[in-house]
Amino acid sequence: MMSAESKDIIDHLAGIAPGSSLDDIRARRLQARENAQKSYLTLFEPADFGDVAACERYAVAAFVAGVHEEPPVAAFYVARLADRSELVAALKAEIERGKTKGPYGAFPAGPLSVEDTTGLIYRVAADRKTILGGKLAAALEHAHLLVFRPRDAAPAAMQALLDAGWSTNAIVTLSQLVSFLSFQVRSVVGLRTLGASLGRGAATARTG
Amino acid sequence: MAMSDSVIVHDNENEPVVFTQAELGWLPWLEPFPEAELTERHFAGLVDRARAKSDYFRLLVRDPEVLEARTKTDKDIFYNTADGLPRAERELAAAATSRYNGCIYCASVHSRFATTYSKRRDDVQRLLDEGVGADLGARWNAIVKASVALASTPIAFGEEHIEELRRVGLDDAEIVDVINSASFFNWANRLMLSLGEPTTLAAK
Repeated sequence: MMSAESKDIIDHLAGIAPGSSLDDIRARRLQARENAQKSYLTLFEPADFGDVAACERYAVAAFVAGVHEEPPVAAFYVARLADRSELVAALKAEIERGKTKGPYGAFPAGPLSVEDTTGLIYRVAADRKTILGGKLAAALEHAHLLVFRPRDAAPAAMQALLDAGWSTNAIVTLSQLVSFLSFQVRSVVGLRTLGASLGRGAATARTG
Repeated sequence: MAMSDSVIVHDNENEPVVFTQAELGWLPWLEPFPEAELTERHFAGLVDRARAKSDYFRLLVRDPEVLEARTKTDKDIFYNTADGLPRAERELAAAATSRYNGCIYCASVHSRFATTYSKRRDDVQRLLDEGVGADLGARWNAIVKASVALASTPIAFGEEHIEELRRVGLDDAEIVDVINSASFFNWANRLMLSLGEPTTLAAK
């Protein structure tokens, strides 16, 4: 199994090979590349997991990547839950229930209200809450809000997380995790699409 | 639970209800980390010590290592303009993403930057007023369209967006800058939108 610590995750998921032209281009933004990787490591392999357990981080990540309908990214995070088959089955069922198209939501009442669009207000299925637990269920519901209708965010969503047992520090970490993944999955799709448009020569190593 | 684990509700009579290039304030819904208790670990997370004055950054500094990595990613994507897309067009991608996702605060900051670096205030304002369908000329339209496709969930970015960016003159490295800038704002928008709310500052 590959080592998550030693490999650039975005390059890995986007299929960028060392020595390819996209590898060269990525190297011109070295600080961004290295710190996107550090963001991943500090969210998923921190020295101290603090108020958000490793399993909770991977479960939310698998859900976020899953509802983005990016199977390779989702599979990457699901693989970290390999010993939790009941949890994985519940997450997969919830991913199917959560899939929709975003962004949607309401603007502050006023001239922008004509642009308000409605959509799924996702809630975890009642019978699945017993498997996931109320705390993780609340995190998934918040993650869905952040992914699909971030402009609907309100203090009540923060209260729901506090009520479910998440601390202020944990909410900051969870918010970063979901928001980071929104970046990571887009970087992967963008770079993978560019790589494909360049033909095989760009994303794989040059031979001469 | 600790005292700091409660939601702050603001009587925000000056909530902006339109997109604007004016400077806005931001009010946190959770307690920022107390400025007096910041340690060197927190200052490393803030990257710039002056950010200790910002409620937004002092809230994010509750996870200092993530904030530090996020901030350094941000700075390189936007400020490192060697061999790449002009700053103005990176800011355009950020503003278009923010307009589409609905982040009035982020859009205000990055539309101002787009105006500063492009000198095209009226075009930037049309993006804010009319939305991401505004006609801003072929090159800017291509950047806005690519940003919108990347911001959509599921992600709608495809080879047609790459082709259009190439047609208006972007090379591969510049296209990567568009991808980076637009992708990054899907991170930033979600933090600003979900941890607090914008407020109109009193006229100076």
